[in-house]
Amino acid sequence: MSQMTDSQWPLWEVFTQPGGGRPHEHAGSVHAVDAEHALQNARDVYGRRGEAVNIWVVPSAAICASTPEDMGPFFDPGNEKAYRHPQFYKVPQGVRVF
Amino acid sequence: MTVAAALAPAYARYCQQLGDDRLILGHRVSEWCGHAPILEEDIALANIALDLIGQATFLLGRAGAVENAGRDADALAFLRDDRAFRNALMVELPNGDFAVTIVRQFFFASFSRLQLEALTRSPDTEMAGIAAKALKEATYHVRHAAEWVVRLGDGTEESRQRAQDAVNDLWRYTGEFFLTTSEERALAAEGLAVDPATLQAEWERSVRDVLTLATLTTPATSWMQRGGRDGKHTEHLGPLLAEMQVLPRSHPGASW
Repeated sequence: MSQMTDSQWPLWEVFTQPGGGRPHEHAGSVHAVDAEHALQNARDVYGRRGEAVNIWVVPSAAICASTPEDMGPFFDPGNEKAYRHPQFYKVPQGVRVF
Repeated sequence: MTVAAALAPAYARYCQQLGDDRLILGHRVSEWCGHAPILEEDIALANIALDLIGQATFLLGRAGAVENAGRDADALAFLRDDRAFRNALMVELPNGDFAVTIVRQFFFASFSRLQLEALTRSPDTEMAGIAAKALKEATYHVRHAAEWVVRLGDGTEESRQRAQDAVNDLWRYTGEFFLTTSEERALAAEGLAVDPATLQAEWERSVRDVLTLATLTTPATSWMQRGGRDGKHTEHLGPLLAEMQVLPRSHPGASW
């Protein structure tokens, strides 16, 4: 009996910064044996066409994500609370710069 | 700049030699495309192959311009026979296993980085520009290969053995990097070439540092292979050229 084992190296999530001062964005994931290796793989897979000025790699296992079951309690209540959006508020007349 | 007429033939051959090292290695590395151990490494090796072929295009283009005989980079790459190629023997060797490919990358990139770094100071501003661009690529190639050398050497029993075998087998081809031809010496006097012998100590130091970190043994320097710089190649170059050149030779002037 052959035993199914995961022969892949650990998974890392890749975040690339498209330009100075811009926030890092999730680009995808790579397999790698360690952080430096993950950084190189990320560079080759997601940064080889000049897409990034900086790269973060994070072990996928270190990411704590919300689950589909969380969707209701996490996100629905926000839908009806228009006052949580800045557009809800009228800018007083006379204010030109803010 | 215009190279003095007396030096032009030698300088054209020198540019050709720089291009040939990178063209032949680039073609070899490209053979991994679709065959590398993992997807990420497949992409990495294909990137590196493209970097090398790109460098070769510029260097052979410069060779053709200096030669001034109507040959462009394509003509030099695709319409010369093996005896006219001046690449070092190491870069034409078969890829072997992954360890052989990586150790060869490591040995060559470590040399290339030093050579290109010196060429950024060339009085030939075109060469200086080509070298500056290629130096960034070579610096990454060293990093990529060195990280793998450490992981293979300091990895499993098998990866360590394969890496050490690759180091032992390829070591005898490293001496050719540092042979100085009389033409190179004359060009170096004008600053147009780097005397490769001046790079050897630094190359050995940087290579030894990584091999030590990888728990690998640096071989004692003994007899070294040579011939590539004189157009005397191993049996492996002919089949490589046949594959690389078949299309432009079968369909002259083909484009897509």
